[in-house]
Amino acid sequence: MTPTTPSGADPSAGTRLSTQDPPPEVSGSPDPPGTGDREPREGRTGTVACPKTPGGRRRPEDLPPVARYALCAGILVAAYLLPWIDRVPVIGPQIRTQGIDWPSALFNMSYFVLLALGLNVVVGFAGLLDLGYVGFFAIGAYTVAVLASPDSDIDRGWPWLACVPVAIGVCLLSGVLLGWPTLRLRGDYLAIVTLGFAEIIRVFADSSSLLRGDRGLGSIPHPPGTWSDGSPIFSVRDATPYYWLGLTLIVLMVLAVGNLKRSRVGRSWLAIREDEEVAELMGVRTVRFKLWAFAIGAAIGGFGGVMFAGEQGFLNSATFQLMFSVLVLAGVVMGGSGSIPGAILGGALISYIPDRLRGVEIAGTDAFEYRYLIFGLMIIIIMIFRPQGLLPDRRRSTIPQETQVEEQT
Amino acid sequence: MTTARMSKGEQPPASGAPCDGPAHGPGGAGRTPGREVLARVDGLELSFGGLVALHDVTFDVRAGEILGLIGPNGAGKTTFFNVLTGVHRPNRGRILLEGRPVTGLPKHRITRRGIARTFQNIRLFSGMTALENVMVGADARHRTSVPGALLRLPRHRREEERARTDARALLEFVGIGQHADQTARNLPYGEQRRLEIARALATGPRLLCLDEPAAGSTPAEKDRLLELIRAVRDRGVTVLLIEHDMRLVMRVTDRIVVLDHGQVIADGAPGDIREDPRVVAAYLGVPTDAA
Repeated sequence: MTPTTPSGADPSAGTRLSTQDPPPEVSGSPDPPGTGDREPREGRTGTVACPKTPGGRRRPEDLPPVARYALCAGILVAAYLLPWIDRVPVIGPQIRTQGIDWPSALFNMSYFVLLALGLNVVVGFAGLLDLGYVGFFAIGAYTVAVLASPDSDIDRGWPWLACVPVAIGVCLLSGVLLGWPTLRLRGDYLAIVTLGFAEIIRVFADSSSLLRGDRGLGSIPHPPGTWSDGSPIFSVRDATPYYWLGLTLIVLMVLAVGNLKRSRVGRSWLAIREDEEVAELMGVRTVRFKLWAFAIGAAIGGFGGVMFAGEQGFLNSATFQLMFSVLVLAGVVMGGSGSIPGAILGGALISYIPDRLRGVEIAGTDAFEYRYLIFGLMIIIIMIFRPQGLLPDRRRSTIPQETQVEEQT
Repeated sequence: MTTARMSKGEQPPASGAPCDGPAHGPGGAGRTPGREVLARVDGLELSFGGLVALHDVTFDVRAGEILGLIGPNGAGKTTFFNVLTGVHRPNRGRILLEGRPVTGLPKHRITRRGIARTFQNIRLFSGMTALENVMVGADARHRTSVPGALLRLPRHRREEERARTDARALLEFVGIGQHADQTARNLPYGEQRRLEIARALATGPRLLCLDEPAAGSTPAEKDRLLELIRAVRDRGVTVLLIEHDMRLVMRVTDRIVVLDHGQVIADGAPGDIREDPRVVAAYLGVPTDAA
């Protein structure tokens, strides 16, 4: 038998070679891979201009550690001093809200930032579209209310602080309970299920006698502590301490989430987000890590909830609208999905913009009335000019990657 | 990079065909008899609807060999990889790795049991750096999880450090150490293929399945790939290789299994496979009886 010369044996081999640009021999070239027709995905991603090739724009991560810590410390101090922004000449009064007192606006921002940080773990890190995130916020807040409000049937008269660990535990558990059966779903299906989850929580709050519907639960205790003159630190008069509490929680959550992101956990999430099947084929326990993402997101949402309950002192079923979930998701995407600084900025903006519009007159009407219009326009503009978000993550690909169906031989 | 070396039982590149006589069917006499069986593929059946993708596929993979899996397009080679790694479940039959069945296990458990793979159409985590891609594979062997990472426990940090070191070493091993911090999607095509091999090796496999690793490579790159495959085997990893380039397959493999229409039509030493009338017929489209 002579006819089987190796190249003749496979007629496709020769043609395939000729249709492909030979990849550059010299290594180190940042050129997108010159692939042929067989790798449509690679070709496509390769042509998308990588926004930051090495040596491009400087980023805080590229700074030496000392400078980076100094930058962080500076930002932190500035954040704690934000309630006195009035004292800053010229720009201070511009930044300050008019229709709502500034510390309250700051507090609102702080729990939105917490929510954005939590949702960023779920959506940004693990790539799971959760449209019902407000559900966990509600669970956290209601757990405190049920345990501590005198209006509640099972009022234990617990102080706020004692309710916090219970509420976080309940949130973690509810994250796992929702995730366990649903995390096998992908993309759109998961989004629908989480949307349903948030509605279930809202309807339950509306109709159950325990949560008292729109009559609500009042007199929820404030966080503990007194000033030296005996007056409580956390009162209805001044929201500044609540803001500081929120800011402190944000710092803790950023540290925790940052640790996770830099670790094998973060890599696993990223791998799942990029290609779930390949992640599992490389040994990543995908279901377990998705569950962790859900539970951690839920717990952080729960922190937002307990703070909210402690500040407001009153909750009812009208508090937790679906709009919350949508707003927080918009914040995460606007800031740069998968990026912690992005989530902080996005979360702050979704709360700040409407609050800033309060009390501003546009053509004889309060601009607050148009907040969603203005807000929507801003999101559209940001998404057009910065689709990767305001402070994008280095590793986030600018285009979503669909799971590829592997072709047969 | 290790240079090509000729260890025992390995065919010198581009030599003539040493003929051991015809060797077909499961457990056929390759040139490495007596080696223990690493994986046993036993009567695999898989069909998608009416299409039979695999029919009674039976063969052994012996520890330490480079086994080629060839066949015309659509013969079921990648489908077989998918069954082997748990992407598809077979309708019947099973695969034993070191005597224990792996069929039916979740994909990540199969990986942990020691089977790793690359992909015909490159599937890297394209937004991560080369190093991070490999570390994902290395993570499969680590024990600490969320609590350890959250609190940055000493044991977790040790494991992170080890993953990083191992991953760097693997990148060096496949010859792309200088690109460790580049985003995977920015790597040249050939290096993406190498990165896939490094990522698969990071899981610590006994059996490495390469799905057309030379596709789209230049002849020079193919030569270096061949050296890499041998170097992988010399690390004690058994290699199962799907490849269309016959010259490469003939040079690098110890034994070849030929699939056609989802069935094993030949199993033997490269020299015998080249001469096998059924293989020739399958590739050239000549009816078997006319060959």
